[in-house]
Amino acid sequence: MSVRGRMSGNEAAALAIRQINPDVVAAFPITPSTEIPQFVSRFVADGAVDTEFVAVESEHSAMSACMGAEAAGVRAMTATSSAGMALMYELLYVAASDRLPIVLAAVNRALTGPININTEHSDSMGARDSGWIQIYSENAQEAYDNMLMAHRIGEHEDVMLPVMICQDGFITSHAIENIETEEDAAVRAFIGTYKPQHHLLDPAESVAVGPYGVSAYVMELKRAQAYAMECAKQVILDVSFDFAQKFGRAYGLFEEYRMEDAEVGVLIIGSAAGTCKDAVDRLRERGVKAGLVKLRVFRPFPAEELAKALGGLSALAIMDRSDGFSGVGGPLGAEVRAALYSYGISKTVTTNIVYGLGGRDIRVEDFESIYGMLGSKEELPRTMYIGQRE
Amino acid sequence: MAYQAYSLKEVANKPERLAAGHRMCAGCGSTVAVRAVLRALKPEDRAVITLATSCLEVSSMTYPYTSWEDSYIHTAFENAAATASGAVAAYRAKKKKGQLDETYKFITFGGDGGTYDIGFQSLSGAMERGTDMVYVCYDNEAYMNTGIQRSSSTPLYADTTTSAVGAESSGKAQYKKDLTQIMAAHRIPYVAQSTFLGNFKDLHHKAETAIYTEGPAFLNVMAPCPRGWRYDESRLMEICKAAVETCVWPLFEVVDGEWVLNYEPKQKLPVTEYLKLQGRFKHLFQPGMEPLLERIQDDVDHRWEELKGRCEGQL
Repeated sequence: MSVRGRMSGNEAAALAIRQINPDVVAAFPITPSTEIPQFVSRFVADGAVDTEFVAVESEHSAMSACMGAEAAGVRAMTATSSAGMALMYELLYVAASDRLPIVLAAVNRALTGPININTEHSDSMGARDSGWIQIYSENAQEAYDNMLMAHRIGEHEDVMLPVMICQDGFITSHAIENIETEEDAAVRAFIGTYKPQHHLLDPAESVAVGPYGVSAYVMELKRAQAYAMECAKQVILDVSFDFAQKFGRAYGLFEEYRMEDAEVGVLIIGSAAGTCKDAVDRLRERGVKAGLVKLRVFRPFPAEELAKALGGLSALAIMDRSDGFSGVGGPLGAEVRAALYSYGISKTVTTNIVYGLGGRDIRVEDFESIYGMLGSKEELPRTMYIGQRE
Repeated sequence: MAYQAYSLKEVANKPERLAAGHRMCAGCGSTVAVRAVLRALKPEDRAVITLATSCLEVSSMTYPYTSWEDSYIHTAFENAAATASGAVAAYRAKKKKGQLDETYKFITFGGDGGTYDIGFQSLSGAMERGTDMVYVCYDNEAYMNTGIQRSSSTPLYADTTTSAVGAESSGKAQYKKDLTQIMAAHRIPYVAQSTFLGNFKDLHHKAETAIYTEGPAFLNVMAPCPRGWRYDESRLMEICKAAVETCVWPLFEVVDGEWVLNYEPKQKLPVTEYLKLQGRFKHLFQPGMEPLLERIQDDVDHRWEELKGRCEGQL
């Protein structure tokens, strides 16, 4: 039985961690994800979990300890944001290469420069090529649900990759929302126990993790890793299907909102999708055939599925909450356009809009104006910025 | 600690836990240190070895081969202690849940680069958190894996590729960092400094104490590098002995906060007896360099007196 509750995204992620009851959590505080290790410490102090909590001296050590623990055959989790994730970057690659299915609760915050504590996707987008599965959440409910699915996905024998579950800093992490949670026993039954094939603490064999890879082997290793990411797509769909069967909330690789006959569309990640949905509803009332695709799974990137979902639009705005500083927009813009191009979609004209940097608000009216621009006969700018003073 | 009876012949006959066939140089101190430390493990106990990126790491586990009989993990350069602390946490979790009967010991090896410098924060954190592990620094006083660059462990006036000797430079301009003292300041149960001497009794007992002391332990082992120090491979033991007899590298331990001097030379040799064996100090024996040699001697004397004071409870 689902239980109705009210909680923030951080509380939802922490609740998921309590229910998952991981063997090891290693974390270092950083706004806005700090509450998550605080909750874990509280759970440990109260005897609510069996977890060994390692209060490390940096995020670099947090990810290092997670790797040591996961390689030793147990479930390890951490949480971080922004500069904390950036400090982990080096090790994110190692964790993925060593095929350690660590789960990271990422609370998205702008990378420093200037220092800012509000939401932006520059932190996890910077890790987009690190080999981690990335699943984004629109709200606390999704953050909770995605956390519950993470281990089943990462630990699947076809995958064995680390997973980050992202939610937007403050907007999701700190706002109190109504959510449905599941009972501990049901969660534990859904997740199951972790039985890695090889690990450091197996008395039956010694294992060696993290060797020097000579050129004669690295390409095969990397190809196998890439194949695991390809396999992850189906595993995510399977686990999401199972989750829907058990708990009644359905998820795919992305959510299509009023897309069935849409002519103008927006593609977006994270909490601003909720704002955009309001704009879609308003426009639909006025007869505008507006739709929205909210990307849930960014790694693996569902290029073929997106091309299919977006290919019927006459115009599309790809929204990036981080700038790639390539001079031509953000990472989503580049990847979505590449997907459209490689699947032969040429009728959908696109613009790539960078928005919401450093927590800059985006309003329903902003989305209405974006849809208005998409529906006009004017040529779309290839890239643009909205919401900033010129 | 009460030393057990020790026989080099006996411990040397234990099965090797670092197999031959690795690719370390002849005359290198690091594998000598590793084998000496691992000989202190009880045969029935298992180990998880963690390595910082180093010569030792790239040469002892080149996929698909490994020299390590025990389970082994390397993740990166600056985080060996943190990686080990995660494995220790996993071990505790498994023990708590009754999922593991066997006893495992957690031993980490890093060079001075991975320990004094880039891995210092991770080491300090793992020690402060009371992690039940042994961290062994094999100190060869420069970044040897990348080609003999200075580290904070490189001694005064040593010639390295980033503290080059030339018309305007006499080698490294700074003193060596005293990491063993810094680790003692963490107030962990056991800290010791050793090297290869005679029948290896000193290092064996320190390794044994470190491994079988509950909580964090730190061992600093001088482990010369023939390439970086520029000595003939056969002279490894001679150099270590000279380091001890000149008091450049004193043997001591700090047991639950109590400082113990393990060896005091009957006649302290001048530091030149140590320096002259190594090409990295060759420039100091040119005419006119006497003041530099004096400065090294003064520093060694000062540190030695300070250490003796600590061990006699006068500091």
